[in-house]
Amino acid sequence: MGKLFQRGLLLACLIAPAAAWSYGAAELKIDNFKFGPDTLTITKGTGVTWINQDDIPHSIVFSALGVHSKVLDTDNAFTYQFDKAGTFSYVCGLHPFMHGQVVVK
Amino acid sequence: MSIDAFNPDRRGFLKCMTWAGSAMVWTVAGGIPRSHLIGQAEAAPTGLTFAQVSDSHLGFDRPVNTNVTGTFQEALGQATSMTEKPAFLIHTGDITHLSKPEQFDTGAQLLSATGLQVYTVPGEHDILEDDGKSYLNHYGKGTRGDGWYSFDVQGVHFIGLVNVVNLQGNGLGDLGQAQLDWLEKDVKSLSSSTPIVLFAHVPLWIVYQDWGWGTKDGAQALSYLKRFGSVTVLNGHIHQVMQKIEGRVAFHTARSTAFPQGVPGVAKGPGPMSVPAGELQTFLGTARISLVSTSSPLAIVDTPLAG
Repeated sequence: MGKLFQRGLLLACLIAPAAAWSYGAAELKIDNFKFGPDTLTITKGTGVTWINQDDIPHSIVFSALGVHSKVLDTDNAFTYQFDKAGTFSYVCGLHPFMHGQVVVK
Repeated sequence: MSIDAFNPDRRGFLKCMTWAGSAMVWTVAGGIPRSHLIGQAEAAPTGLTFAQVSDSHLGFDRPVNTNVTGTFQEALGQATSMTEKPAFLIHTGDITHLSKPEQFDTGAQLLSATGLQVYTVPGEHDILEDDGKSYLNHYGKGTRGDGWYSFDVQGVHFIGLVNVVNLQGNGLGDLGQAQLDWLEKDVKSLSSSTPIVLFAHVPLWIVYQDWGWGTKDGAQALSYLKRFGSVTVLNGHIHQVMQKIEGRVAFHTARSTAFPQGVPGVAKGPGPMSVPAGELQTFLGTARISLVSTSSPLAIVDTPLAG
């Protein structure tokens, strides 16, 4: 039982980081009507999370991808995983003068 | 500020901005504008008086104002207790902060408690959910399209427009062709001496393009009103008083009842502006608009909640 548990633990330790590593994760902050960074370069399969740290709600809209997040109030987050390579531009749905892009390699 | 010194025949435009914290009486008579600080020369209204409130953002709870319900209630109290009791109330949008049902309910309760007829237009914060259906369920009765309409009171033609549904790439408001066509038709049969009051959430003129403070096709809408002797445009959205007079058209934006926003070109962004403790209420307020007589001036008195 003890050996089985140890093996299981070892397997879990190997799988968990491998999963996190292969899919990757990146974070973007929204503050003072700006996306930071405004251009983010990631590898295919990465999940990108936007966190609204502004005093006003924002949303994430990728028209070309048909992606439209819910409205993010302060401290709310939105995650989207990019599975295709390319350069994807987005705006805030409430304040379309806020621009950003995600470059997926 | 008195602007009598300007040549009234001069075309072009006159920009007169009053930042939050002061109050102003503003009159336009036959294209000759006059404005005075409150207390100096309040108009003596004998005809129609109505009040404007804006940007109550019910549901907003950030440190700059943690009691927007209270400040909205205070503003409504101020409007109803004016010496000249307003005939009705106009809310120029962003009634709610996040279009939540409970925020609409609070708004409806507070507005109905005034006992006044209320006319509204949506702000972009009122149509964040369900394609604006919640807004229209509350305020869409008798309106067209996304909520535009017109009505007449004592010879004045009022037009409520919606310019927040299809925000443009640079953030500017947009009326759209269907609404423009309706507007052109709506004013067609009116005599040129009919005073017009146009109200919408986002300013109909370009206040500051970088922050999307303007309406892309606002000029097109105003082109249908060129022949009228008195056109008054009331907007919200920018949470501060700004006025501009161009020919026979007077533009005016109202303070928010929730929180002030920064001065364009000065503040680093268009978000809520923190103000020193105890001074918030000098940045919030209401506007009272009076028709002194049907064929001449409309007077606008902006009043902060305090100060």
